[in-house]
This record gives sequence, C-alpha cells and structure tokens, in this order.
Amino acid sequence: MRPVRACLVMACIALGPARAAELDVASLFESIAHEPPGRATFHETKFLALLDTPLESSGELVFTPPDRLEKRTLKPRPESVTVDRDRVVIERAGKRHSLAMREQPQAAVLVDGIRATLAGDLASLTRTYSAALEGTPARWRLVLRPLDPALAALVERVEIGGAQAQVRSVEIFQADGDRSVMTISPSP
Amino acid sequence: MTGRRVAVVLWLAGLALAAAQIAQTRFVADFSSFLPRAPTAEQRLLVGQLRSGAVSRVILIGIDGGDAASRAKASRALAQSLASSPLISSAANGSGGNFERESGLLLANRYVLSPRVEPGRFTEEGLRVAIGETLDLLASAAGLAVKPLVARDPTGELLATIEEMQPAGGPRLVEGVWASPDGSRALLLARTRAAGSDTDAQAKAVSFIEDSFRDAAAGAGERAMRLVMTGPGVFSVRSRAMIVHDVERLAAVSMAIVAALLLVVYRSALALGLGLLPVVSGAVAGIAAVSLGFGAVHGITLGFGTTLIGEAVDYSIYLFVQSERTGAAGGARWIEGFWPTIRLGVLTSIAGFSALVFSGLPGLAQLGVYSIAGLMIAAAVTRFVLPALLPASLRIRDLSPLGLRIASAAARLAWVRWALAALALAAALVLFVHRETLWDPRLSSLNPISASDRELDAELREALGASDARLVVAVRGASADEALESAQQVGARLDPLVASGKLAGYESPARFLPAAATQRARLASLPDSATLRERLSRALARSPLRVSKLEPFIADVERARGSPLLTREAIRGTALEAALDGMLFADEDGWTAVLGLRAPAAAPIDAGAVRAALDGTGAGKAVLLDVKREVDRLYSGYLRQAFIASAAGLAVIVALLIFTLRSARRVARVMAPLVASVVVVAAWHALAGTRMSLLHLVGLLLVVAVGSNYALFFDRMAQDRAGAPRTLASLALANATTVASFGVLGLSSVPVLSAIGSTVALGAFLTLLFALQFAQGAPQHADDHPYRGPS
Repeated sequence: MRPVRACLVMACIALGPARAAELDVASLFESIAHEPPGRATFHETKFLALLDTPLESSGELVFTPPDRLEKRTLKPRPESVTVDRDRVVIERAGKRHSLAMREQPQAAVLVDGIRATLAGDLASLTRTYSAALEGTPARWRLVLRPLDPALAALVERVEIGGAQAQVRSVEIFQADGDRSVMTISPSP
Repeated sequence: MTGRRVAVVLWLAGLALAAAQIAQTRFVADFSSFLPRAPTAEQRLLVGQLRSGAVSRVILIGIDGGDAASRAKASRALAQSLASSPLISSAANGSGGNFERESGLLLANRYVLSPRVEPGRFTEEGLRVAIGETLDLLASAAGLAVKPLVARDPTGELLATIEEMQPAGGPRLVEGVWASPDGSRALLLARTRAAGSDTDAQAKAVSFIEDSFRDAAAGAGERAMRLVMTGPGVFSVRSRAMIVHDVERLAAVSMAIVAALLLVVYRSALALGLGLLPVVSGAVAGIAAVSLGFGAVHGITLGFGTTLIGEAVDYSIYLFVQSERTGAAGGARWIEGFWPTIRLGVLTSIAGFSALVFSGLPGLAQLGVYSIAGLMIAAAVTRFVLPALLPASLRIRDLSPLGLRIASAAARLAWVRWALAALALAAALVLFVHRETLWDPRLSSLNPISASDRELDAELREALGASDARLVVAVRGASADEALESAQQVGARLDPLVASGKLAGYESPARFLPAAATQRARLASLPDSATLRERLSRALARSPLRVSKLEPFIADVERARGSPLLTREAIRGTALEAALDGMLFADEDGWTAVLGLRAPAAAPIDAGAVRAALDGTGAGKAVLLDVKREVDRLYSGYLRQAFIASAAGLAVIVALLIFTLRSARRVARVMAPLVASVVVVAAWHALAGTRMSLLHLVGLLLVVAVGSNYALFFDRMAQDRAGAPRTLASLALANATTVASFGVLGLSSVPVLSAIGSTVALGAFLTLLFALQFAQGAPQHADDHPYRGPS
C-alpha cells in the first residue's frame, strides 16, 4: 500500500533542483516516519519589524505518532500548544483555548507543518503546502509554500532543515517580512 | 310560524357572523397560556421569560448521518442561510465565533466594552503589564493572529472584549464545527427573532430551517443526513400539529360513529342531518366566542370541539326520540313537557363550566367560554330552530320497546345494584388511600411532547452547553440603563462563584451593553494623548517595543475619549443586539435584566450559594428564580384555585337543583349518581397510576354536566311514568353517542385529549348505570311493580 501511495504522491510533487537519486521526499519521510517517538528541546527566535529586538522563547516538543504534537514553552512564559488531529488547544495563564484548525490557520500553521514532517505524513503535508526538497541526506532542507491563498497572505514559506531522519530547524518566513527560527535538539 | 322563521333567519345570520370571525382567527399551542394571567410581579417576570425570554427563542439543531466532513459542510451552509434570514436573530455552529463578525464594531467600541478598562490599566505600571502580556502573546502560537492589532491595541482590549462575550469551553469541534461528545452529530444553536409563544412565527422559523437544511444537505452531496430540532418554539409548533392532527382524525372518527349510530336508530338521513345541526352550530359559536374574547384560540380548545359532540348531540336526540309520543317532533307538548328539563340540564352544565371561566388561567377560561357558548347555542338551536326545519312528515321510529328492554334488564340484574354500591364504596376507599397522589402538580403533565423528544432536547442542551435557564437571576430597574447597572452588580457577586467553580459561568446583558455609568467610568480612565505618550515612554523604557510604533494606539484612545457612549441604537441589527434581546425586557412598570446561570459540569447549581452571594450585597433587588420549580408551584397553586372554583360550580349546581326541584330528596337522588361516578372514575385513574391533571378535572366537570341531564330525566320519569320508556331509550342513545365520541378521544396520543376522553367516556357510562339502578324514575314493567305515582 505504502509504496503505491508514495509513488502517487511523488508524481504530484515538484521536487527541488537537487533531485539526487539518494534524496527524495518519499524515502526521507519514510525514514522519518520510522523514527521512534520522542522529546526534543527547542529554542525559538522571532524577528518582528514591530520590535527592536527579537523575541526569544524555549521549551520542549513532545511528539506522539501519528498526529499529536505538543509544543511546551517554558520561557519566558509557560504556554502549551497541542495539535491533535484537527484540533488545536492553547493553554496559557491558566486559560484553555480550543480552536478548530481550519478556522484558525494562523495559530496552527506554526505547529502543523512540523507535526506532519515529524509524522512523516507526506500526504497531510502536501494537502496544505507545495513541498520542495534540497541538499543531501546528511543536510537537507524542505521548503514548504502554503497552497491556500489566505494562508499565503500570512506565511510566505516554511523551511524545515534536518540531518538524516532528524528534524533540526524550522524557519517561518511571514509574508510581511517577519520571520522566526526554531532550532530543535534531541533531549539529553 | 313567523316566530320560527325569525329564529331560522337569526340562526343563519349568527352562523355567518361566527364563520367570518373564525376565518380571521389565530390558532396557538403554546403552553404558557396554561399559566396564570395576573400573578405577582415575580411571577409575571417568570411568565414573561417563558413566553418571550431568550430561553423561549432557542432552537437546538442537530445534524445526524453522513460522514463528519459532509455534516460539517451542511452545518456551515445551514448556519449561513439562517444568519441571512430575518426570522432568525442568530445562528451559531462554532465556526468563526459569533461575535467575530462584529469585530469592526467591537474594535471601535473596545474601550467602553472591555471589562479590563479601569484607571489602573493606563498608568505607567498598568501599561507595562498589559503590553508585556501582549508581547508574550506575540511570542506564542497565537502571535500571528495578534500581530496585526498590536500597534492599535497593545493592551489587548479587543481580545478581552471577545473573551468576555464568548466564554471559553463550549462544545467539541469536529471538522471545525460544533459536534456532540461522540462526534456523530453536528450541532447548531439558533435564536428566533419572534418570541417562543408566537406559534405562527415559530412555525415559519421551523419550516425555514427545514428547507435550508434540505438545500444544505443537497449542497453537501449527502442524502443520508437527517435534521433534528428541539426547543420551546419547536415543541409548541409540534404540539399544535399533533393536536390538530388528532383532533381532525378523531373528530372525523367519532363523528362517523355517532352518525352511524343515529342513522341505525333514526333510519332517516334527513333526521340525522338535522340532528347534527345543534352540534355544528354550537362548535362554530364556541370557537367564534373564544376568538372574540381571547384574540386567539388554543389548540386544546379546538380539541375540545370534538368533545362537545358528546353533549350537544344529546339535545336533538331528546327532541327526536321523546317527541314521538307528543306528536310532531318539537311540538308544543314536547316543549312543555321536556324543554324545562333540558333547560335545567343546560343551566347546571353552565354552572359547572363557569368554574373554568373564572379560573384566571387563559387556557382553561377558553375551554369554559367555548363550552358555555357552545352548549347554549346548541340548546337554543334545538329548541327554536330545529322544530322550524323539521318537515311535518318526519316521524322517528318508536323506541319505547328499547327503553322497556333496558328497564327490565336492569330490574332483573338486581345484583348489579349491590355490585355498583360496593364499587362506589370501594372507590371512595381507594381515593382516601391515594389522596396524596391523586393530582399531578407539575405543569409538564399537560405537555404533549413525547418522552423521546424531551430526551433529545436534554441531549442537545448538554452537548451544546446551552443554559437551560433552570436558574436565572432577575434584576429590575426603572430604566434599561438602571437594569443593566444592577445586572453588572449581580455579575460582580457571581464572579467569585465562577472562580471557585460553583458556576461554569453566567450570561449577562451588561456584557453586550454596559450601563452608561460604567461606560463613562471606563472612558474616564483613558489619559489624554500627551499623558499617554509620556507614560508609554516610561513603561516601554526596557521593552523591545518603541512608543513611535504605537501612534495608532494613541490616536484610538484620543478618539475614544471624545466619542459618544454605546447605545442600543448603535448596536441595532448586530449580533450584540440579538444577544441583548431576550436578556433585557421592558414592561409597564420598568425594565428587567435576566442573567442565565450555567451549571458546572456534571453538577447542579448550588442555589443556596448563589442566593448567599446575592444576599450579602447591596444588589438586594436581585431575585434568583428556579424556573421549573416556580412554574410547577404556580401551576399547583392554580390547580388548587381550580378546585375551589369547581367546588363553587358544584354548589351553584346544587342550589339550582334545590331552587327548581324544591325537594331535598329529589336533589339528593339527582346528585347521587353524579357523585358516585366521579368517585369511581377518579379511583380508576388512581389505580391505573395516572396522576390527574387539570384536564382530568375538566373531564370530571364534563361528567357532571352530561350526567346531570341523565339524572334530571330520571327525576322527570319519576313524575311522568307513561313517557318513561321513550325517555329511557333517548338517554341510552345519548349515552352511547357520548361514550363513543369521548372513547375515541381517549385513544389520542396527546395526553390532554386522552385525559378528557377517557374520563368522560367512563364517567358518562357510569352515571347512566348508577342512575338506572338507583333512581326512582326508571320505568318498570307494570306487572312487576304497580305504579304508585310520584312521591
């Protein structure tokens, strides 16, 4: 079943320039999907035109296959964002907000691309983005561009960087020039 | 003859006028008309809530079947089409949020709407904290949504306003729309513009929703989807349909049975047609009288129309069957010999039904007016119009043999006499044993809505987290503004209960339109541009945000300081007004604000804690209403009142009999069968486990009304032995028609109709049986018991 689906998906994706034999999206995602679930710490920096200095935050990511990702921010303020299937739950300052993803794409986009990548869920990813892969297995970069015009008005592209089956960084380029960089390292 | 012609002309003219009146009559089925009309201020508030409060306008909608995606698609299409209808004031399905549509209005008025606007918020320290929170939010997952507004609204007042208006929580979302906990049903919550008691408008709204759903389901390309709906308006529309359906069907059936019975006896289609004239005239007059007196006719009153067949058809039976001996039907001798008895019977019936008219309960008063007008007209038509229409050649077959057969059978079955006596005594004993549980003190006992519909309603309410407004806090004020101010004070007392988890939340009109004083105080907290700029520069000294980026904020604050207060006119036609509507009411003495309380998950509201929170404050004008309990209390109070009125009616009947018969013994003989059969019927209900409602009481009154005719004729037979067999035959026929028509009504699926039907069918039959066995007047075979003459 899986190779058949992967072939279909491949036919639909415009692959990046470095379409080397040893680097294709399907096999990359295949290997990511086989990674055992786990935790990672993240450090995120947001560069906003509105602010003189970037906003820094850090915390941990907990991924539970196939489709649950929790982004737990510890600094500067505790906050947790959980994407579970089509539902986003944001908890901060003792309040819990539950959102439907398709209604709040801005809130979800930051996490959803990562979730699909971590899950190795190419089908889900390519429903929302066009994907292009470049680099080598040891140092690859997946460039995602939103298909939905409403989303594209906010987010220009998302770049996910990694090594082998590990996701190492997520960079979000907003349409207005603001951007955020998140680096991910496996928990010790 | 000219006198008779005048009678016919008057009758036809009256019928035409009544028909014209009926043509423009509105028919309703809302159960609030079974609530008292002129109660205390507190009760008036309650009745107002049930008739036109926010609660009465709610329609809960579920979409079943199909898959989640197509349900969500249909839900979106349905919500969109409902939102555009003038019949529906709001429709929510969890997508987008109800008030985000009004974000322009909310943004412009955020400084009067946000509960966080107070003097401390715009000091250097307040600004530092508020802006710090916004920057945190910017760093969070919601950052992208917040970013465009930071320059205009760095203190986050718009967000605070939206959060205030739509409390967190709510139903589960599946595919972006509300769904039941197991996800198998998409949910929507609509409010109608019309009050719940406006059954016609509710019917329009209901059919609009059904049509919109059909289109939405077709658009979603899914045929297997099904719409379910509940809510007070939906229920009254459905009850009306049920009652009308039953009434039409059962009226046709009982009419057919009665007609067949009469045809067999009369063997003349003409006699049959003429015999039904008084019934039809009575029903038409009754409906017209109610329409004139009340402006609208309740479905139950209409249902009562069929029951009138039972008594009014008797009059023409008496006329036809008893007339034989006296020559042409309706001849002078019948009028002289029998009419006084019928007239007395009509008067006793009117006395009984007056109890309903003076009950103070519009629903029952309608039944009373209907019955009195109907019986009077039916009797008058029998007396004055029928004789004029009867052709001289019409002869009804002599029924005396039937009467004699009945009499001899009754005489032979002497044991029946003792059995009946024992039955009456046993029944009295049963009543005594069950005296505490004879009557159902709950209003819901009148509700024709099926248990499964009520379950569905409870399910939808729970899933939607819709306050069922069992508990509401009401505050009054001389003006709308005063009521809103009180609502705000009450809200401040409820907030600690929400914080401690004793309440899940509450809905207050002051959130959508704060009192003028509150708005003024909020605007007064806003500093002028120079002060604000200076405070900002100190507050942001160590922040990554520069004051220069916040010029839009400074301009907005300056604009807000000079802008007029938010008024009801300013929010007209918006979701804010729709929310306010139904929480804020005007009546002749002032305004009422109503705050609905939401119970914490899986626990009822602690009414004592709420009351304590309200008591310890200056907001002493606030009243906590337990709607269901109050309604039941009101109803049982009314039930008591109806008993008193019935007792008074009974006293009038006895007085009437004493005045006419002028003999205590004869009065006792007339009353005994009536009392005995009422006791037996009540005992039968008690043993069957049916707790009687107001409508059973109406049925018992009807037993007395119909039965008093029988008893009076037996009394008359005792005075006139010669005509006794025919009279008895007419009674047997009249009784058969009554039992048949009410018996059919007893099969109705509408509880109120089956209550009357079963009560009267059994009661009327028993009355005849008791009268036959115990009255002195029953005809006997001359050879058995020589005639000794009246005592």
